[in-house]
Amino acid sequence: MKLEGKKRIWDDYQKEIADNNYYFQRSCIRQNFFPGSEHAFLKILKNELGKDICDDEHHTTCTGIGYHADVVLFETIMTVVARHFALMTEKGYENMIISCVTSFGIYTEILETWKHFPDVLKKVRQHLKKATGREFEIPKNIAHASDIIFKFREEIAARAKYRLINRNTGEPLKIVEHIGCHYSKMFPVHGVGGAEFPYVLQGMVESWGGQIIDYPERRHCCGFGFRQYLVKANRGYSVANSKKKFESMKPYKPDMIVCNCPGCTMFMDKWQYTISEMEGKTYDENGFGIPVLTYEEMAGLVLGYNPWELGLQMHEVQSEPLLDKMGVAYHPDEKYKDAAGNYLGEPAFPTNLKVCV
Amino acid sequence: MKDFGFTITKDRQIDYDQHDHRLLQFVLENEPSFQACISCGGCTATCSAGNLIDFNIRKLNMLLRRGETEGLEKEINKCMLCGKCMLVCPRGINTRNVILKIKEAIQKFR
Repeated sequence: MKLEGKKRIWDDYQKEIADNNYYFQRSCIRQNFFPGSEHAFLKILKNELGKDICDDEHHTTCTGIGYHADVVLFETIMTVVARHFALMTEKGYENMIISCVTSFGIYTEILETWKHFPDVLKKVRQHLKKATGREFEIPKNIAHASDIIFKFREEIAARAKYRLINRNTGEPLKIVEHIGCHYSKMFPVHGVGGAEFPYVLQGMVESWGGQIIDYPERRHCCGFGFRQYLVKANRGYSVANSKKKFESMKPYKPDMIVCNCPGCTMFMDKWQYTISEMEGKTYDENGFGIPVLTYEEMAGLVLGYNPWELGLQMHEVQSEPLLDKMGVAYHPDEKYKDAAGNYLGEPAFPTNLKVCV
Repeated sequence: MKDFGFTITKDRQIDYDQHDHRLLQFVLENEPSFQACISCGGCTATCSAGNLIDFNIRKLNMLLRRGETEGLEKEINKCMLCGKCMLVCPRGINTRNVILKIKEAIQKFR
């Protein structure tokens, strides 16, 4: 086998990721359902890696959910995105990091449209000027937040307090990685590894000591699909997709699932609860379910951050079995306390999915 | 079990590892000519029952080979055993015996 040729081909699957000076675009789903994730991301970039990152309170949703649900027009979403570019330009940044995979897909779709149809770009500039009086520059570099963690994975590994290794057996943790469809299936050139070999999460897992499970339905969609989920009667289609993946991964006994898309994290997590309530099924041996983490939460655990500060208690599937395997230190009595130490009360517990109390 | 106002859509993927192939094996062992079927549909085209009601021997064959044997009993009872399908089969399969063996297998593996 000639490795040199393979390396040259693999180079074509890489993307350029900026080194520093980022403008951060938050995610609606991630900051609501997994609020510790973006907090951890900013903490890692600022405190651990010493990067300059602007977390701007003035940006809004990208309206991607409305766009994919056919209630927001393409012209509208292009102008909203143009406003975000204008905010970035005003703050003096040129590299954009996007936290959400849906938004990332939207931004890449819009930039690609403007590249091929300069008249559309001209029109959007006029719309934005008329609506807000703002002007914008197109970003020099655009990256998903997982690209950034991927880029600095070895630096994080060097600072690791815990590794993705089962401390009881000494074996690597068996991890399922799930890449959001809009990360690289639409515009492969914008994803590490392209659409065929997305490597962004696998790279992190391998650097931090874990082992990836290559199961049959690995590249299947989680089933979010916007319209499938937004219309209640259609949610059966959405659950069916996640269920197909769970059934496929179950025989490999995964220790956790890691996703780079907020929607996938939400559905892979919450549908486990739904399936357990509707059919009484759970997908691990002991009835706790398979913990689903965002890559920032995984990075946070590796760096030794407090799991409750990372917001792991906000997930439907609780992560104590995973924490025990990794040997992460945590205080069970602090699980339901806020940042000031006030007890928030216990949530309602699921019927079939076990929860450590 | 909780009702969330929607059901989980059943997977239409055919999983050969999960399906019950006992019926097919029984038919193939007891009527080996069935091995030669090319699914041309000649049997269905000439079927007396199929001309009047919703009955399709070719479809039965497909379901049997996929291991999708649910509801087979109801379907198989529509056959009148006239044997016209045997006369047109280009592969000389004893289709009437295939039907009888399916009926027997249903009783055996019920």
